[in-house]
Amino acid sequence: MRLSWSDPRLRNLVWQILIIGAVVLAGWYLAHNTNRNLEQRHIATGFGFLGQAASIPIGESLLSYTPSVSTYGRALLIGVLNTLKVAVAGVVLATVLGTLVGIARLSPNWLLSRIAAIYVETVRDIPVLLQLFFWYGLLQTLPPPRAAFHPLPGVFLSNRGVKLPTIAWHAAHFWALVAFLAGCVLVWLIGRAADRRQAATGRRPRTWPTTLAALLGLPILVWLGLGAPLHVDMPALHGFNFQGGISITPEYAALLTGLVVYTATYIAEIVRSGIQAVAAGQWEAAGALGLPRGLVLRRIVLPQALRVIVPPMTSQYLNLVKNSSLAIAIGYQDIVSIADTTLNQTGQSIEGIAIIMAVYLTFSLSISLFMNWYNAHIALVER
Amino acid sequence: MMIGKTAAAAALVGLALLAGGTAARADGSGSPTLDAVRARGQLVCGVSGDVAGFSLPDSKGVMQGIDADGCRAIAAAVLGDANKVKFTPVTTQNRFTALQSGEIDVLLAETTWTLGREAGLGIEFTGVNFYDGTGFLVKKAAGVNSAKQLDGATICVQPGTSTELAIADYFRAQKMKFTPIEIQDLQQIRAAFLSGRCDVYSTDSSALAAFRSTQGDKATDLVLLPELISKEPLGPSVRKGDDKWFDIVRWTGFAMLTAEEEGVDSKNIDQLVTSATNPDVRRLLGLDGDLGKQLGIDNKFAYNVIKQVGNSEEVWNRDIAPMSVPRGINQLWTKGGLMYAPPMR
Repeated sequence: MRLSWSDPRLRNLVWQILIIGAVVLAGWYLAHNTNRNLEQRHIATGFGFLGQAASIPIGESLLSYTPSVSTYGRALLIGVLNTLKVAVAGVVLATVLGTLVGIARLSPNWLLSRIAAIYVETVRDIPVLLQLFFWYGLLQTLPPPRAAFHPLPGVFLSNRGVKLPTIAWHAAHFWALVAFLAGCVLVWLIGRAADRRQAATGRRPRTWPTTLAALLGLPILVWLGLGAPLHVDMPALHGFNFQGGISITPEYAALLTGLVVYTATYIAEIVRSGIQAVAAGQWEAAGALGLPRGLVLRRIVLPQALRVIVPPMTSQYLNLVKNSSLAIAIGYQDIVSIADTTLNQTGQSIEGIAIIMAVYLTFSLSISLFMNWYNAHIALVER
Repeated sequence: MMIGKTAAAAALVGLALLAGGTAARADGSGSPTLDAVRARGQLVCGVSGDVAGFSLPDSKGVMQGIDADGCRAIAAAVLGDANKVKFTPVTTQNRFTALQSGEIDVLLAETTWTLGREAGLGIEFTGVNFYDGTGFLVKKAAGVNSAKQLDGATICVQPGTSTELAIADYFRAQKMKFTPIEIQDLQQIRAAFLSGRCDVYSTDSSALAAFRSTQGDKATDLVLLPELISKEPLGPSVRKGDDKWFDIVRWTGFAMLTAEEEGVDSKNIDQLVTSATNPDVRRLLGLDGDLGKQLGIDNKFAYNVIKQVGNSEEVWNRDIAPMSVPRGINQLWTKGGLMYAPPMR
């Protein structure tokens, strides 16, 4: 390397050092300034508050929680799980709905394709926050608990949400679940055997009777063998509200519906573009072989369309997860809601915001990693 | 401790929450906030902006209420003009950050004075402008007449408020259970209560009374339960570390109480300026002594406050009395209440 400005290697090195220096300096300045201001204003810092008892009332929780006894750490964990609960269900349902609508938009049925088009073009143009208010407001027009709709025994529909009966948990149920999982493995093995048979003989053996037996018969046999215990926990109106059973709260229902209905419009367009990206010759060639339209879509077009669909789909999943932070507007206690209350009660704003950011970053990076892996998995193998 | 601090700061490199804080100035009064207010020619006051009786714009868009008048009083004391106020609406979530970061000069948003906030948030309360307590509002149809009957109830509450803490503690002490619905937006939370999503709406009892008074004919369907389950002294707060500004805000409040105690109001004040003989009144009005100068502001600051905004009784009658809330413990100490100003001398 010559010590001359005309040497491109030296030039690159100097520029890189300068830019890295500027970034580090900016970072140092922000950290230093924040620290100095915190000190000047006598604001306590640190994550010690996570172990203190939290007086945050939490309405909806997957873990046991007692306000004024459980810690802030546990409250925040419940927030994370609540976010996860809406994110996982939202991603699955939005994918199903979006795919169906995307296919419907390409349907030769005029009415179906028009309805799908109108749905996509209206819903995606309205801000998602307003849609959440709409769904939440709609659910509040349901009758109060005392006048709840009662379509089936044990099922109540009121402005407190949907109440469903549950089955009291018993060890036999656990073993039935194990049997079901074993059945799943069995079904997969049967499928592979059928594939081999088809490859060898060109004829696929009938698999549905064995599949059904493995999936349903096995768990039922185990359950019966262990004495068939069954105790149904029925919800009943008691005092202000229903007791017993499980409930889907209006807040969760409104948030999930709002996010799914909104995100599905984008997914529908991605699916439509993916299908249209598959050359028309593929349809025609499959048609010439006499395959029915549904089979062509499932076995020939969609697998090829997936390569176009998956990368933009990742962005929509990320959007859905991040939009779930709007939950605070309609009273669903996700991580943002609980972290907000935490930072308000403890005054640890920086730590609180850092926790929220870390949670979303973890969720988003996990989704990205999985989707990138899946994308590589389905990519066309070039020979 | 040190490690936690660095980690937290590093995590926030991109956020720079406090990067825009006020820097101490070399010249001026020695109070960065006072200098900033004077240079701006305007007081920036954080208010909630949606609670009747405390701060709510009227039909002409003018902010009305006891908090709004508190802001006007500080502007009158510092700048000589009660109208030089910019009202900045804050939420229960961002109010402390707004104050810490210097976005607002003073916070008057029905904020409860607690040890935790004063010790941990870098803010200080200058006094109390309203003694309140957490209450419960229910529908008459529910047939409830005591908070002890609320076991199993669904309660609407705003996240990030001291109400949350009070309810959690109260239900635990009473060995009762409840389901919270925590909605940030005030309009949404009220809608949820009216629609029957919640059995109970809980916040400071004054705010509940204010809410009920805005319901018109339906106000009689709503019942305020007799129990107040917590102490909620509400008052103005300022940033820590600016003692001169703290003194100004604190004594502006005391000046209004002293005026009520001495019988000085916005109507008789001009007459008193020429005729007053009571030494306390003469000092208050800046005719004798240098009370204002000691605070670093106009010696007639109390005159400006009382002339333009009124004394504490006038403010109460204008802002709170129309909601038919009895003054109760918010009376002057001479009338059996808790409002007590130290001597102004």
